[in-house]
Amino acid sequence: MITTKARFVIPVVVFAAMVAILGIGLTLDPRKVPSPLVDKPAPGFALPTLNDASITLSAGELAGKVWLLNVWASWCVACRAEHEVLKDLARQQIVPIIGLNYKDKLADARNWLRRLGDPYASSVVDLDGKVGIDWGVYGVPESFVIDHQGIIRYKHIGPITGKDLHDKIIPLIKTLKSTAA
Amino acid sequence: MKRILTLGCSLLLVFVTAQASVELLEFDNPEQKSLYDELIDELRCLVCQNQNLKDSNADLAKDLRQQTYDMIRSGAGKQEVVNYMVARYGDFVLFRPPFRSTTMFLWIGPFFLMAVALAVLYLIIRRRGRAKADVFTDAKREQMKRLLEPEE
Repeated sequence: MITTKARFVIPVVVFAAMVAILGIGLTLDPRKVPSPLVDKPAPGFALPTLNDASITLSAGELAGKVWLLNVWASWCVACRAEHEVLKDLARQQIVPIIGLNYKDKLADARNWLRRLGDPYASSVVDLDGKVGIDWGVYGVPESFVIDHQGIIRYKHIGPITGKDLHDKIIPLIKTLKSTAA
Repeated sequence: MKRILTLGCSLLLVFVTAQASVELLEFDNPEQKSLYDELIDELRCLVCQNQNLKDSNADLAKDLRQQTYDMIRSGAGKQEVVNYMVARYGDFVLFRPPFRSTTMFLWIGPFFLMAVALAVLYLIIRRRGRAKADVFTDAKREQMKRLLEPEE
């Protein structure tokens, strides 16, 4: 019924298939949960800014622009690694970076920016993390690219590296800006 | 004696601090409480991914428990809370994922593999049984008899 040749070939094929499937599994990061918010309208917010609590910034004010929301906190170690990359992006002046200061202490956050430099066009304060929940934030740092129609086009989980910035984020921002124009 | 007393006191302290981390929540009625317990049991914490909201001590889990509590207190039903969480965190927050075309393999896969394994097992057993039946041909029996009989 089963030829001798098949008897040797079948296990090899099954084994190769398993290696392929498990191999793909190894390259996936289980911490990176795809967000259902991508390609959906960005959740709104109206929060006091970090530098001046009497000024409120809302998501509506950014309508019509391509912008980047970066969730950060002074207690977040990975944010420090990401900070230089954000400063690099800010220097290029192609996109306003809005910081969402997530569950931080005001004084710590202000100190952090004073010491390390401030790449943000503005940072807003999310003390209790409620806005973070609306944006589906479950770790810091996270970044979102929002297009001119207010749709989230990309979510980056974890620190943005220089490679991510140049290979993914800047090209995406450029395409979004050219379609907007 | 003194040592036992100190030990007892420090143990008491441990229990006091352990209790402090439990959130004391008030509900309008027992249904709300059982709904709350059910939800935090079925919703996953995204930080420590193998724990549900009930077991997790992560900050996010605390916030999401609070959110669940607030929604229930303001009269939200189970589906409303679940929809709220799924809209923000995706199907991954559910420990019991919904049956969809994308999750079909997840639900059916184990049964499918089980069926394949049983089919293979059945084929192997059947073949073995048949193989055993014709191990001893008449010629072989004759040969055995000759070997077993003492030579004269």
